[in-house]
Amino acid sequence: MFTESAEMARMPPAASGDPFVPRIYCVDRIRRELSDTVTLEITPSQGPRPRYAPGQFNMLYAFGVGEVAISISGDCADDRTFVHTVRDVGAASRAITSLDVGAAIGVRGPFGTAWPVTDAEGSDIVIVAGGLGLAPLRPAIYHVLANRSRYGRIAILFGTRHPQDMLYRDELAAWRRNLDISVEVTVDHADRDWRGNVGVVPALIARASFDPHDTVALVCGPEIMMRFAVNALRDAGVAPDHIHLSMERNMKCAIGLCGHCQFGPQFVCKDGPVMRFDRIASLFAVREI
Amino acid sequence: MPDETASVQTATAPPSKAMKAVISCDALQALIAALAADYLVLGPTVRDGAIVYEEISDLSQLPAGWKDKQDAGKYRLERREDDAIFGFAVGPHSWKRFLHPPVETLWTGRRDNDGFSIAPAAGEPRKFAFIGVRSCELHAIAIQDKVFIGSPYADVGYRARRQDAFIVAVNCAEAGGTCFCASMETGPEAKNGFDLVLTELLGEARHDFLVDVGSDAGAALLGRLPHRSASDADVAAKAAIIAQTRARMGRALETDGIKELLQSSPNHQRWDDVAARCLTCGNCTMVCPTCFCTTVEDHSDLTGNTAERVRKWDSCFTLDFSYIHGGSVRETGSSRYRQWITHKLANWIDQFGTSGCVGCGRCITWCPLGIDITEEAAAIRANPMTAAGGQHEGT
Amino acid sequence: MKGLERILREHAFFAGFPEDQIALVAGCARNHRFDAGQYLFREGEPANEFFLIRHGKVALDIASPGQPPIVMSTLEPGEIVGASWLVPPYRWTFDARAVELVRAIGIDAACLRGKCEADHHLGYEMMKRFAPILVKRLHATRLQVLNVYGKR
Repeated sequence: MFTESAEMARMPPAASGDPFVPRIYCVDRIRRELSDTVTLEITPSQGPRPRYAPGQFNMLYAFGVGEVAISISGDCADDRTFVHTVRDVGAASRAITSLDVGAAIGVRGPFGTAWPVTDAEGSDIVIVAGGLGLAPLRPAIYHVLANRSRYGRIAILFGTRHPQDMLYRDELAAWRRNLDISVEVTVDHADRDWRGNVGVVPALIARASFDPHDTVALVCGPEIMMRFAVNALRDAGVAPDHIHLSMERNMKCAIGLCGHCQFGPQFVCKDGPVMRFDRIASLFAVREI
Repeated sequence: MPDETASVQTATAPPSKAMKAVISCDALQALIAALAADYLVLGPTVRDGAIVYEEISDLSQLPAGWKDKQDAGKYRLERREDDAIFGFAVGPHSWKRFLHPPVETLWTGRRDNDGFSIAPAAGEPRKFAFIGVRSCELHAIAIQDKVFIGSPYADVGYRARRQDAFIVAVNCAEAGGTCFCASMETGPEAKNGFDLVLTELLGEARHDFLVDVGSDAGAALLGRLPHRSASDADVAAKAAIIAQTRARMGRALETDGIKELLQSSPNHQRWDDVAARCLTCGNCTMVCPTCFCTTVEDHSDLTGNTAERVRKWDSCFTLDFSYIHGGSVRETGSSRYRQWITHKLANWIDQFGTSGCVGCGRCITWCPLGIDITEEAAAIRANPMTAAGGQHEGT
Repeated sequence: MKGLERILREHAFFAGFPEDQIALVAGCARNHRFDAGQYLFREGEPANEFFLIRHGKVALDIASPGQPPIVMSTLEPGEIVGASWLVPPYRWTFDARAVELVRAIGIDAACLRGKCEADHHLGYEMMKRFAPILVKRLHATRLQVLNVYGKR
């Protein structure tokens, strides 16, 4: 019931056969983004890299430590590597952020639903990101920029804590120089050296220019920020079924068999992570769901 | 085996799926022996004061003359007046422990020069034959089939074990004190999902089993056993047993509109009431024949050169279950009980097209506090929330 | 005055405001220009004027001894600066600084308060415009203090 569009159709698993068995990839490049966050480019040690759609995720496995769900943050047009931006928040993510170039890493995936970038053609696009939530949105940004003429106005609205915590800083600056799109960054706190916006993402939504009756909004960030962002989008007149969110829950198996990632009747791993707001509206603000 | 069948009254045609036969206790022993040639035969037996499912090789291991007295938080074996072999309901075990084992190695990884390599786990060598599967348990297996085989990513191990399993079901002649299969429409009569189904016919001068055939494999096995065609009286006796069991259900659960009822009650005050009693021990999820949740752990050897990915049963009652970086989504006991019962009775319907509850009553019996799923569902129904939990924004 | 009335009418804050009442407000209004770095007002000063931004960005700062001033919020064209003029004792609780060249309309607080007191229809129209802004800013402040982007 969640598969009516091309992007929503689930992609085939990386490995045929047992979906619990990862494929071995090799770390090609590492880029330190923030003090606790790195971006890894990884390639399969054998065979082609599977196709993926913007918004999907992989299960990354650190040998002897464990597995963690990480969204793909690269450019789908690059068919050689998987790009993952990983923050050190636990044992497995710490092991992954500590890998060196040349190290082996296990990969299962890609899994999950995608941002509706094809369905959104012809509409204005509002991309709302908070903190590390910019990473799962980056493939969608690459896609809409590469296919600029297929969309109306494009706004990228990004909120983060502090100017020092800004993910993909150089890239954001490059996107800002593109006069054909609107890029607004806001921070929760800043000192006076910061000449940009101070405030929260909903304020950027209120200021952005888009046609609320023909806009597709893609939202990813901490859940509280997404709740505020959805309220601001709805205040602006965007319909609930035009708002798409990337949800986070504890994903262990990624294939709907382990039960951990349930969000009401949805399994975030297979019915998400990208979900249409109208379908989860009744659960969205329920505590501990 | 023609020489054996020749000695009893038998149909001339080989047994078919439509056939109803009657076999003796001796033939049941022969059935176990015949299955043991190809299968690991598992059936009910008494251990530590409970009827559990273990490997059996002989009819004498079955719990003849025992019944289980069950109520919320209570389970006790008692002697029966007769020698009924299947004169009990269900114990703490369910067949999921064989089809979906509590601990399973998914694969093994080894460090090598290129990093590491992965070898899939060695497959289970034995095929299972289950003796004494109840109707509720057949439904539970069918539900787990939807979970593990029905999705785009099948559980390879489960599928193999399930495809190979031979199932001998039993129609219940006793309803347990916590049973409510009749209201879940999952029993007491076994209607499909078996190779053979037995109905124990016990009287002054008889101890026989009416056998219905559910598969070609079942028909073939029956053909190798001494048997006779069932009489109209035998068939009528079976119907009477099932009718009597249905009439003696210990409990009932009203299922009408249960999905909408629970899905619209996330903030019901009853959850706090349950939480005040619930120990979040997870017993209910362990004994439940459909609960399927698992976690996966890495087991490394001391050198760190070998790692096993080991899957284990998990429970939505643990704090760890919903952990995302920084903390658990479901911190409170009330949210965890709500998750369990809402998933079981409501969300399961969205996910798999069926309720996740088969009315076996195990969660009621084995809850140390006797928390009763039927009572909790009824309490929500008795005092429904006025509005669906929509968004609520204050200033 | 006609020019100020037109400017007020075009400002987002006064969208749909009754015509006759625009004229009343314009009677209290004047034009301002602030260069980058200049202050619209300072913490502790009497809040005797509030501002409608027409052009440029305004930062709301708060200073603490021994630390650089912290920017709490930035405001853009179409938005208003200042609510303390509405509530006694009418004193600013933060600094408002022009980040770049700012053009704004200033509305004399005592003048407007007097007109609102005399004409409750005007007062109610003003409150209907201020209340949602204050609530939105309260929500935004809550989101800000939650520090949602940090590690928990």
